[in-house]
Amino acid sequence: MTTNTPSLPDNRGHYEKFGGKYVPEALQAALTELEESFEQARGDESFAAELDDLRRNYSGRPTPITEAKRFSQQCGGARILLKREDLNHTGSHKINNVLGQALLAKRMGKTRVIAETGAGQHGVASATAAALLGLECKVYMGQVDTERQALNVARMQLLGADVVAVASGSRTLKDAMNEAMREWVATLEDTHYLIGTVGGPHPFPKIVREFQRIISTEARGQMIERFGQLPDAVAACIGGGSNAMGMFADFIPDAEVELWGFEAGGEGVESGRHAATISAGTIGVLHGARTYVLQDEDGQTIESHSISAGLDYPGVGPEHAWLADTGRAIYRPVSDAEAMKALEDLSRSEGIMPAIESAHAVAGARRRALQLAAEGKQPTILICLSGRGDKDVPTALKWAGLDGTPNEVKGGLE
Amino acid sequence: MSSGEAFRLAREEGRGCLVGYLPVGYPTVDGSIEAMKAITEGTRGQGVDLVEIGAPYSDPMMDGPTIQHAANRALERRVRTSDVMRAVEAVTNHGTPAVVMTYWNLVEAYGVERYARDLSSAGGSGLITPDLTPDEAEEWMAASDQYDLDRIFLIAPSSTDERLAMTTDACRGWVYATSIMGVTGARDEASSQAPELVRRAKQVSDLPMGVGLGVSNGDQAAQVCSYADGVIVGSALVNRLIDNERTGGSDLTELRRVADDLAEGVRRRG
Repeated sequence: MTTNTPSLPDNRGHYEKFGGKYVPEALQAALTELEESFEQARGDESFAAELDDLRRNYSGRPTPITEAKRFSQQCGGARILLKREDLNHTGSHKINNVLGQALLAKRMGKTRVIAETGAGQHGVASATAAALLGLECKVYMGQVDTERQALNVARMQLLGADVVAVASGSRTLKDAMNEAMREWVATLEDTHYLIGTVGGPHPFPKIVREFQRIISTEARGQMIERFGQLPDAVAACIGGGSNAMGMFADFIPDAEVELWGFEAGGEGVESGRHAATISAGTIGVLHGARTYVLQDEDGQTIESHSISAGLDYPGVGPEHAWLADTGRAIYRPVSDAEAMKALEDLSRSEGIMPAIESAHAVAGARRRALQLAAEGKQPTILICLSGRGDKDVPTALKWAGLDGTPNEVKGGLE
Repeated sequence: MSSGEAFRLAREEGRGCLVGYLPVGYPTVDGSIEAMKAITEGTRGQGVDLVEIGAPYSDPMMDGPTIQHAANRALERRVRTSDVMRAVEAVTNHGTPAVVMTYWNLVEAYGVERYARDLSSAGGSGLITPDLTPDEAEEWMAASDQYDLDRIFLIAPSSTDERLAMTTDACRGWVYATSIMGVTGARDEASSQAPELVRRAKQVSDLPMGVGLGVSNGDQAAQVCSYADGVIVGSALVNRLIDNERTGGSDLTELRRVADDLAEGVRRRG
């Protein structure tokens, strides 16, 4: 069964009342150029072949689906499957989009890329693609984030990128995005702004969706081929929403497949310290698009909070806002504590340590499985495991009260 | 008085129109209103012809460090949209027309029609909308028609001829020509792109053209007014208030002197 939805976004970049291009006039011509270049590239077989080659032979696609048999035992008899985006080169789904946009930048004759990053995953992926394709790369990162993610700053620098700490505003991801936009307007001629999420002005949400679509194109085929069925539900974590959009895209027409997006509930939505933009935000304009925003009654952006730097963003991609409004996808918050419990449980039952971002999806999927179990159902749930957890070890140590001290000492005299 | 009228009066006097930007709430709401009045007077009773009242926003994509700093300070003190309306009323009661420069989300959050109504009853002339182009402005077009407010959209050196025609056609009062591809902030060198932009815009529109971004002194203002109808100055004014913050002072004499220099510049014409 398929639903009959019109092709979105429309030619003005709108997902009904969401999306659009709320940007200074100076950027309009560049956005139009980008859209035209993207549409041309999409129709060009050599572009597709080049991207496909990089996906297979550089990034390591297709990524497998792993059946989490031991973890499934904690899920009321549900069958839990993991789409392993953590096995991509650089450790997350971010590379999917970055390879596509970096190729596009070269095609447009640009010699450098700029990017924003929160935790640093998109920054590292951008620096990686820039190194591969011989582009200059500058990454904007909130000063608060450069301090708490010093390792990723060093990774980007080792890859040859310049990292700029952004000291304006709240000094986090949203300010990094503002600063990248400010630089872009002054460097349009030779520079592509490589946005990392399905946010920002049109055509970025569409471009990032199309480069991330590979996740669900592969996963849907793997489900049919290997399991002989579609999943009953698909689950993904959502900050800006790029892995979720990629994971949902090809399943949207399958009306019988539930789509679940799990937002960062932080210390609890009622505490006010969270990043649950769809669950607790209101409609507004942020970073060039109309979407759900965490904002006060005057329209000033409110700072978000999450243990996961990658979900710590007060906006969300406009297509998710639309999917939420139409009811096609359901978005719910998952707290820091639930996510950290899921990280520990998946690590110990499957030997797979997810990124804290992805752990939100794992926790949410388990919650949904247990709800369905209570109704006597045993669903098959496919989770997008968007990234691996290595980068989160320091946060996990702190959360669990560990300090790296061994359990015991043996051998040696004294 | 409409803001276009300020341009018309300046033109009648054979000079450029001077538009001065200051944000509400920096150093305080009352302090900012005093500063706005001061730039309309200078030290000799001659200053800006039109005040551009800035509404501080948490994510100002078009602004450089100077204006960001002032806006941040204002937001730390919880400046509200109601304070913006109060500043508009104070400036217009003082005898100078005023427009508000605002990022679009603040208008949406307040309610577009309600914003237009309150701006109009406060005596405001209209809005400058840095991140709203006519493409997304349906609601604002209707509200500004209803309350007879000016719509000042931006044009840029990168604007295509088609977009210049579309944008200037949607404007009412005057047109804001951004002189460079970049953000707000004082710059030493005059833009080489601005004269060409104004020339192209004048081919498709009879509206007055104000040039902004990077203009900081009387000489630059004079130069701009040799090819444009007016000049917009922001960071150079805000910098004098930042000086006060640094020294702990509140004297506005230096700010008034900047207004003197600029007012003299627009009367010199190159």
